[in-house]
Amino acid sequence: MEHHSTATVRQPLILGEKTYHQISEDISRPIEGKANNLFKVVFTISALLALWGVGCFAYTIGTGIGVWGLNKTVGWAWDITNFVWWVGIGHAGTLISAILLLFRQRWRMSINRSAEAMTIFAVICAALFPVMHMGRVWCAYWVLPLPNQFGSLWVNFNSPLLWDVFAISTYFTVSLVFWYTGLIPDFATVRDRQMKPRMRKIYNILSFGWSGSAKQWSRFEEVSLVLAGLSTPLVLSVHTIVSMDFATSVIPGWHTTIFPPYFVAGAIFSGFAMVLTLLIIMRKVLHLEDYITIQHIELMNKIIILTGSIVGVAYLTELFTSWYSGVEYEQYAFLNRATGPYWWSYWSMMTCNVITPQLFWFKKIRTSLIATFIISIFVNIGMWFERFVIIVTSLHRDYLPSSWTMFHPTFVDLGIFIGTIGIFFTCFLLFSRTFPVIALSELKTIMKSTSENPKQPHH
Amino acid sequence: MSKKVIYGVFDDEEVLLSSAKALRSKGVRIKDVFSPFPIHGLDPIIGIKPTRLSNAAFFYGMFGTSFAIWMTWYMLISDWPMNIGGKPNFSWFENMPAFIPVTFELTVFCAAHGMVLSYLLVNKLYPGRKPHNPDLRSTDDKFIMEIQSSENKRVTEDEILSTLRNTGAIEINHKDLK
Repeated sequence: MEHHSTATVRQPLILGEKTYHQISEDISRPIEGKANNLFKVVFTISALLALWGVGCFAYTIGTGIGVWGLNKTVGWAWDITNFVWWVGIGHAGTLISAILLLFRQRWRMSINRSAEAMTIFAVICAALFPVMHMGRVWCAYWVLPLPNQFGSLWVNFNSPLLWDVFAISTYFTVSLVFWYTGLIPDFATVRDRQMKPRMRKIYNILSFGWSGSAKQWSRFEEVSLVLAGLSTPLVLSVHTIVSMDFATSVIPGWHTTIFPPYFVAGAIFSGFAMVLTLLIIMRKVLHLEDYITIQHIELMNKIIILTGSIVGVAYLTELFTSWYSGVEYEQYAFLNRATGPYWWSYWSMMTCNVITPQLFWFKKIRTSLIATFIISIFVNIGMWFERFVIIVTSLHRDYLPSSWTMFHPTFVDLGIFIGTIGIFFTCFLLFSRTFPVIALSELKTIMKSTSENPKQPHH
Repeated sequence: MSKKVIYGVFDDEEVLLSSAKALRSKGVRIKDVFSPFPIHGLDPIIGIKPTRLSNAAFFYGMFGTSFAIWMTWYMLISDWPMNIGGKPNFSWFENMPAFIPVTFELTVFCAAHGMVLSYLLVNKLYPGRKPHNPDLRSTDDKFIMEIQSSENKRVTEDEILSTLRNTGAIEINHKDLK
């Protein structure tokens, strides 16, 4: 097999001497082994945070959203900030699995499974916020196009909030089936390794009885390609529509046409930061250093530089446009962001999102795990502040100076935000010990061409 | 005559491909191949036609578009026209720009879910189904070619076996079907 020489331009994407069997072994090990103490400690902490969040959610439902820090002027604050933050985080998973598939980027294969899992859990966390903000959550089905009981008054298809209902539910369900379609063959690999009948039975149910015949694979490839093609415009539409929740309102600081591309770039930026945060820990804990290599980290950091720079340019464009518009309300909104009572959130956003990612221009920094981990946390924080700045600073000083006020979060606001972080990590930790965290059947297709000195089978 | 199935086990997908070519050139019909990942270039050799699932997805998508157009027209133009922010509500076309997001989402929704459901249906995949890969190693690192002797009347079994052996099969197994 001399013609299958390793590409010299790129570094190998799989390190060490691997065989097909070795890949199955390495990816199944976390599922079959026992949890170590570090896992148990982290899982307990996440589960406790999640429980605290559930408690705060229950308190909100029981008492009403008056327990949040919202007031008459600031009617949207942490809830919508958290919603947009979580949805944005989800976007990296779809970018990696769909857009990089269409661009035939093979490095996506080691990270797409866990990034898609992150998407699903992030969208679950996101969806909790608008549903909770409804106050009477038992009426949540009113957002669906159903006739009401008094006559046939329908939902308003002119409203971006309703577009969001359609966008988020389509995004969630399509991401879920895309993820699961890819998981089916890998569950079959795990199933066929199991000696215990109970484990075999569970993984057989999960694998839907996959056998890996030629016809099944041929259809599998077609479905993956078409789902990637559908998910690509879908993911762009989701954050576009989220940005229209703001852009279609006549509020200074929101009413701008730059919002859709600026939000999409910001979403991918924050999503990649969260993927890095998770994967740098996961590769260490699950011993996947051979599969999620420094090269993967570096490539993701390059996407962070690109999207971070787009976000930086968008911030400056917004400032320029508000000055050039000549509209004094618009000008004041931005002046107030930078120098008003929320100046600290504006400058945190600027520092974390515009300055820190530029450090990745240095190869030493973007190939360093510790530096990447720290910067990814900075970006996560910065992108949370971005949404907070957009939402709260535009609202807290509205057209009528007598109603100017500040937003003060309560312990419930804090509890449900931290609670969703707990829910997210609890789900991700459960996923990492029960599901194949790397798309192993996909990875086997590239083993020969990108492995470092692949072991040839004996004949 | 008893029906016999021959399983040729390979440990490399390229060896299997050249073996399949050699068998086909002798006129042997290959029933199926079980592999841990898709083998590119195998389908035309063993006679698998390209799947029509993407055509199906297109029609599911068109259904989604049509349904969304009908739904927005019926609910907001015909059944209960609402004047929202002074936007025109006399005809669907005048109100159409505001309906594009929902129409797009429903198109993607129907295309994606319709296609995946069809995929599960034609591949006969559902929770609780018994897998029918002949060898447990075929989802790990072995590639298994299935040949039914009853389908190959013109080629003797010995010829099939010797071709398999000469083209790199590491193991050959038999199974009798009743």
